[in-house]
Amino acid sequence: MYTTDQFEGMIAETITVKGHGGNAINTYFARPEGPGPFPSVVVIHHLPGWDELYREFTRRLAHHGYLAISPDLYCREGKGTPEDVAAAVRADGGVADEQVMGDLQGAADYVLSLPTSNGKVGVFGTCSGGRHAFLAGCLLNVFDAVVECWGGNVIMDNEQLTEKQPVSPNKYTGKLSAPLLGLFGDLDQSPTPEQVNQHEKELKAAGKNIEFHRYPEAGHGFLYYDRPIYHQSSAVDGWEKMFKFFSRHLS
Amino acid sequence: MCTMICEQSEIAGSGKGTDGWFPLKRVNVSYDHPFNAPWEYGVNIDFVNPEIGMGARVAVELSPHSAKQLADTIISALKKGEADPQIKVSVL
Repeated sequence: MYTTDQFEGMIAETITVKGHGGNAINTYFARPEGPGPFPSVVVIHHLPGWDELYREFTRRLAHHGYLAISPDLYCREGKGTPEDVAAAVRADGGVADEQVMGDLQGAADYVLSLPTSNGKVGVFGTCSGGRHAFLAGCLLNVFDAVVECWGGNVIMDNEQLTEKQPVSPNKYTGKLSAPLLGLFGDLDQSPTPEQVNQHEKELKAAGKNIEFHRYPEAGHGFLYYDRPIYHQSSAVDGWEKMFKFFSRHLS
Repeated sequence: MCTMICEQSEIAGSGKGTDGWFPLKRVNVSYDHPFNAPWEYGVNIDFVNPEIGMGARVAVELSPHSAKQLADTIISALKKGEADPQIKVSVL
């Protein structure tokens, strides 16, 4: 709980860490000033790229006391505006799941190596990043809490599988190794409410520690205040649930 | 990527980007989240030249209905132009 007599400070900057294959990748790293120890969160950007919105999300987590690190998952594509880079990635069929997992592992390893870390790290993502967050919770044995916001294509048909996304993420449900918070809008088309129900059913059947929340008046991307799809009451409640969830599992 | 739907085609022509005109090499047409248009999903058309760089891109984001209208309009103009005996197309 913040009180007005508290000192507050933050450092936010671009740094390079080792990602998939030992490649140097850019990340945006925001952290509170002070000795810590602080919990960490890896912040996974969405389809439109490593953009200003995600820098703000990263700083918001730091503002709430987390070492927050957001890797540029598109950095191997080249340099340009976030939109131009994301458009190139979109045309290229997205980024490979294996590569993303390597980059997320690298970001998590980096923050955990810091003397200011409390040894716990969560992961958060929206849209394609929500899908990546779920995958990371299943495939990487490093995260202590997973927040999946409306992950599109967590359930994929065989026709949707590609060389870069060779397995439907829900096939890994049994491997989920951390508590999961899922936030979804009932008006979303990807994932549809039916897919969210199936996702939840599979997680429960596997005996996983999950918490799903559905917002009846929200669609896809209801946290995005810069888009018409922003839904104020759902967004406020979603952030609140997210911070409580991270506080519970990363403290 | 939420839909992963993207069709591509090699093209010839010119596009006007932020730094002026440049030769076009490819068009990418995706049915996915737009960057700017207000809907969740739309038809996003990028006229690009990867040889020049990522900034060599002319972007258009249309509603699905508008994209169909554009496709019909292009076909209609092509039919009229190709039927006109006075027009000699030098490059196809």
